[in-house]
Amino acid sequence: MSQGPVLELRGINKSFGAVQVLHDVAFSVYSGEVTALVGDNGAGKSTLVKCIGGIHPIDAGDYFFEGEKVHVSGPRDAADLGVEIVYQDLALCDNLDIVQNMFLGRERKSGLVLDEATMEEMAAKTLDGLSVRTVTSLRQYVASLSGGQRQTVAIAKAVLWNSKVVILDEPTAALGVAQTAQVLELVRRLADNGLAVVLISHNMNDVFAVSDRIAALYLGRMAAQVKTSEVTHSQVVELITAGRSGELGIKNGNGAAS
Amino acid sequence: MTTETLPEQAHKADASIGGYVKNYLDRVRGGELGALPAVFGLIVLCVLFSILRPAFLTPGNFANLFTQGAAVVVIAMGLIFVLLLGEIDLSAGYASGVCAAVLAVSLTNNGWPWYTAVAAAMLTGVVIGLVLGALVAKLGVPSFVVTLAAFLGFQGVLLLLVKGGTNISIRDTTILAIANKNVPPIVSWIVLVVGVVVYAGIQLFRARRRIGRGLLADPLALIAFRVLSLAVISGVAVYVLNLERSRNALIVSLKGVPIVVPVIVVLLFVWTFVLRRTAYGRHIYAVGGNAEASRRAGIDVDRIRISAFVICSFMASIGGIIAASRANSVDPNTGGSDVLLFAVGAAVIGGTSLFGGKGRALDAVLGGAVVAVIQNGMGLMGYSAGVKYVVTGSVLLLAAGVDALSRKRAASTGRR
Repeated sequence: MSQGPVLELRGINKSFGAVQVLHDVAFSVYSGEVTALVGDNGAGKSTLVKCIGGIHPIDAGDYFFEGEKVHVSGPRDAADLGVEIVYQDLALCDNLDIVQNMFLGRERKSGLVLDEATMEEMAAKTLDGLSVRTVTSLRQYVASLSGGQRQTVAIAKAVLWNSKVVILDEPTAALGVAQTAQVLELVRRLADNGLAVVLISHNMNDVFAVSDRIAALYLGRMAAQVKTSEVTHSQVVELITAGRSGELGIKNGNGAAS
Repeated sequence: MTTETLPEQAHKADASIGGYVKNYLDRVRGGELGALPAVFGLIVLCVLFSILRPAFLTPGNFANLFTQGAAVVVIAMGLIFVLLLGEIDLSAGYASGVCAAVLAVSLTNNGWPWYTAVAAAMLTGVVIGLVLGALVAKLGVPSFVVTLAAFLGFQGVLLLLVKGGTNISIRDTTILAIANKNVPPIVSWIVLVVGVVVYAGIQLFRARRRIGRGLLADPLALIAFRVLSLAVISGVAVYVLNLERSRNALIVSLKGVPIVVPVIVVLLFVWTFVLRRTAYGRHIYAVGGNAEASRRAGIDVDRIRISAFVICSFMASIGGIIAASRANSVDPNTGGSDVLLFAVGAAVIGGTSLFGGKGRALDAVLGGAVVAVIQNGMGLMGYSAGVKYVVTGSVLLLAAGVDALSRKRAASTGRR
């Protein structure tokens, strides 16, 4: 897939009061690829994601979606474009089942009554498309699911709406080894199905296991956006901790990213 | 795209009747007791009182149970909406009293026709709910405090409405009929048969449609069991209520289903439909389960909160009308003293969780039956009001304890 990026940000600035959190950030996301967004605590990952999701308005900079310049002023706008964010706390209701959670707030109705059959079919089709085999019944309460299964439901919920960009905020942070592998496999499959995936992670193993590109933020600046195959483990760690690594990264500590 | 078929995977859950029984037992063991404690308690209490006091089992007393418990059941049904959100409405009892007083003042003092008086009472309920809900949702005052203040306030409003403690009697025959007149026996039989047939039809239709679309449906045996138990239980109840209850049938005949019973059945049907089949009902459960997740899913959480309080106070107004009809009058004690605690008790005993997110409209009826049986049976045993309060209080505590324990158990088995 060699077309331009599906989502592209240029020169994004964002301040909270006197504190400038994002400086001139450029960020591109491509269909069919997993872009890992890495950076130390406070580097601005969450703020950047919230700007993409329309939760924070951007102060300056351009937001392109499929080559067109767009204006995103709220979470609804982002959802309408096809950008879905899966937050770390997943936002699932324990007392509802899988189908009910996947359609929460966007229930299918026939007249006044909920159309359970259609919703169940669509949920099954979505999970099928992700070849999820870990869920036995769609009518299981989310309370009875494991951490990995919950993550799967949350991701499936994001995919259900024909979304084009799915942003995952530390999907494996609270999971064990086997479940992490399952979720990473799912992340890879999302990209293979043609979606653009942004993966926020602190875990270098996860990043190198699934990502095609790595974008490293350093103190609110985009240190580098590189292909995963062209960098080494230690180079990425240097980018995260020092903002540069040899030829890569921020020159002279401020300004232009390579 | 991989093409492994999930449908087989997703639906490999056992669809046979044996699978359902096993699934149900697993759920109970996992701490999801549902209606079990209420049904079990009801059976034990009924057997106990029938042995100790044979008068308990007479048709006359059976009819009494319904009219005694009706107001509490209706108020509890409204409370369930508030409890589902994890909130509480302590003022529902006196709200029903205020609405009953509005009814009595309009009817007796102002001479309004019954329908405008009833509309005024219901409107009062809706307005009360709007105010309480807005204070909780928009201002963010804890519902416990808002409704505790309202509990005191409404007690005062009630006193003001009945002019410092006089008793306003109700003479309107339509209002009095609600709790004191019966449905003609033949009509109740027809309604019963139609009701059971419609219920069976809906169940079969839904199962057939799901099977037609390749989805998992309830097995036929389970549907037959549900329809049959509904037919038997309601059939026996209607039969007993249609027996002659009058001591002297030649002078005045007293038989038939009390009019409050169909009123409750209709309310039960409406609210069950709202909770289980509409998006609004789904959102009530969602907000009770995880308010933040609901907000992010685009649900207007404040609107859901306010509407739950409106439904609660609206149902309280209907409860107040029933109570006024049964007492033939409204006094400063209408909806007071034990009414609210009995209503909360009914909901909790029926299986509604005080922690939010779990409950059904049916819980109000089941729990209300337990409360009514305790009150009625202990009255027949000749115990004083003091003993009745102690016992009912203990039962409420027991039910809340069962709720908390089953929640703990559910957490440890990964069900909640």
